[in-house]
Amino acid sequence: MKRRTITSLAAGLGLAAGLMSSTAMAQDNMRIALVVKALGIGFFEAAAEGAEEAAAELGNVEIIYTGPTDTTAEGQIEVVNSLIAQGVDAIAISANDPDALVPALKRAMDRGITVISWDSGVAEGGRQMHLNPSSTELIGNTIIKLAADHMPDGGDVAILSATATATNQNAWIEAAEGFLPNYEGVNLVATVYGDDLSDKSYREAQGLMASYPDLKAIIAPTTVGILASCQAVTDAGKIGEINVTGLGLPSEMAGCVDSGATKSFAIWNPIDLGYSATMLAHAIANGAEAASGAEIPMGRMGSVTLDDTNSAAMSDPFTYDSSNIDQFKSIF
Amino acid sequence: MSTASHFVPDRLQTPLERRLKSWESLLMLVAIGIFIANSFASPYFLNAWNLSDATFNFTEKAMIAFAMALLIISGEIDLSVAAIIALASTAMGAAVQVGVGTPGLVLIGLSVGLLCGAFNGILVTGLGLPSIVVTIGTMSLFRGISFIILGDQAYRGYPSDFAFFGQGYVWWVISFEFVLFAIIAAIYAVILHMTNFGRAVYAIGNNATGALFSGIRVARVKFIVFLMTGLMSGVAAVCLTSRLGSTRPSIAFGWELEIVTMVVLGGVSILGGSGSIPGVVIAAFVMGLVTFGLGLLNVPGIVMSIVIGALLISVIALPRLWAMWRPR
Repeated sequence: MKRRTITSLAAGLGLAAGLMSSTAMAQDNMRIALVVKALGIGFFEAAAEGAEEAAAELGNVEIIYTGPTDTTAEGQIEVVNSLIAQGVDAIAISANDPDALVPALKRAMDRGITVISWDSGVAEGGRQMHLNPSSTELIGNTIIKLAADHMPDGGDVAILSATATATNQNAWIEAAEGFLPNYEGVNLVATVYGDDLSDKSYREAQGLMASYPDLKAIIAPTTVGILASCQAVTDAGKIGEINVTGLGLPSEMAGCVDSGATKSFAIWNPIDLGYSATMLAHAIANGAEAASGAEIPMGRMGSVTLDDTNSAAMSDPFTYDSSNIDQFKSIF
Repeated sequence: MSTASHFVPDRLQTPLERRLKSWESLLMLVAIGIFIANSFASPYFLNAWNLSDATFNFTEKAMIAFAMALLIISGEIDLSVAAIIALASTAMGAAVQVGVGTPGLVLIGLSVGLLCGAFNGILVTGLGLPSIVVTIGTMSLFRGISFIILGDQAYRGYPSDFAFFGQGYVWWVISFEFVLFAIIAAIYAVILHMTNFGRAVYAIGNNATGALFSGIRVARVKFIVFLMTGLMSGVAAVCLTSRLGSTRPSIAFGWELEIVTMVVLGGVSILGGSGSIPGVVIAAFVMGLVTFGLGLLNVPGIVMSIVIGALLISVIALPRLWAMWRPR
């Protein structure tokens, strides 16, 4: 048994080696840069973990996990410039601004670097493809549904978002507003912006509670905002009155689910996202064509088919509640 | 006490000695040290194109830093510069939507900069308000207007020849921005170090009342320096907008502190009265080289900020410590 495993492993390695030489890959590692909005955000750290997983599976791949200090386009341009200077093979970026990054990323492509965007996209001219974690429609619907599920009689809800310029949050909110008529009695009273800063989000949540005494739910489609809102609701002693929901990280949200401030929330798996982005960047850098209609494999996540804007959706968002939070909170 | 061998100097320092012991020389040493360290640390550093790319990290900020140096030397400060960039960029973006061409856009960018500078200048010199308070206010005001106009939207569609200012090259790897940076540096060096106006700026910074009684029109000089700072913010707005090819209200967010850091690192006393343009030029290179060098090593930006902070404190503290403990 053991012996057989070793032989099959050896055969696998031999096959892999054969593939390597047949695609004429250089001896050095392929360097794939995973550029995030800002370092020190749990979500992106988890994505980096997924990227490392993909790298280990692919072999001969080095992941450069990097990003600016604050979520600015200017900071990301400096990061991209330094990656161009290092001559990396591929850049997979979650952009702080869909337009401002385009000239810098175009220059990267001009110098032969594969560029894809994931999570927060870049305008079409600035990347070869974009990987959405899920579809905007599904997320928009999910965040409203999360709130509506726990308010059978309807009532007031408010949205606490990231920055007013955050690409993906705005798209989700727009989609959510479109689905609103499907949920009878659910009334969206305000959308406020916490800028993805804990203290500002906390104050905005306090402001919502003060301005709308009948508020039944705060929907925060951002990991910083949902945690700050949960804290604000807890501190105001309104657990049970106001349900905090939206998109959050299981590790950060475990306490809120335990206390009951949050009944359920959703998120896709950032580990899967980093993994898929790396797999796609690797495939395209190795010659896979990124054109509309093309199907590109991404390892254990299956494959994606690019639409007419060269975008693709990875998978559906996943709902976490008291039944499964303990299982996921140690993962990310 | 022996009195036999006391050397009595006829002057405090020879010009050469003064130059060698100056802030600029110290900073130059730091810059050379960083350059050498970078060339050893990363194989990608010594490459003409990469070094050219690196200059974009500081050219726009440095343009404002020169005017800011004059302002700080005269005893004032302008924290609204980054917000002026946002407002000027928004105005240019709005103009694009109604079909204004490149020359018009540049004119609008510079004019908005000038107007904002004049607004700050009037509040400070006309009403006698402290500049730090006024410009903290206008910082929110100018950027606030951009946010009201744009919200979460962006202005795009800049004409293709407009891209030259931020993405064009004059010759080989020498970018337009870098040439502009050099020209502006030279102009400000002349203004500050070779004109009556420059002497007046120093005089006001050292003793505004004394300067007033010496016949210097203090308010007018300060107003002009505010205008210059606004104009430079307009110039930086043109370059940055052209480089990004789009405008969002968050453009250049947080630059004011980086610009003040550059000025102070360049040896300008935050209390006013002293400093030089060559110092600011070297400081711009130091900051650009540090961030680019660390970027090549993929050092996280948080660590970069710590390094810049440590650099600022140590470069400022070292001469003080030296003066305190040197053998007398």
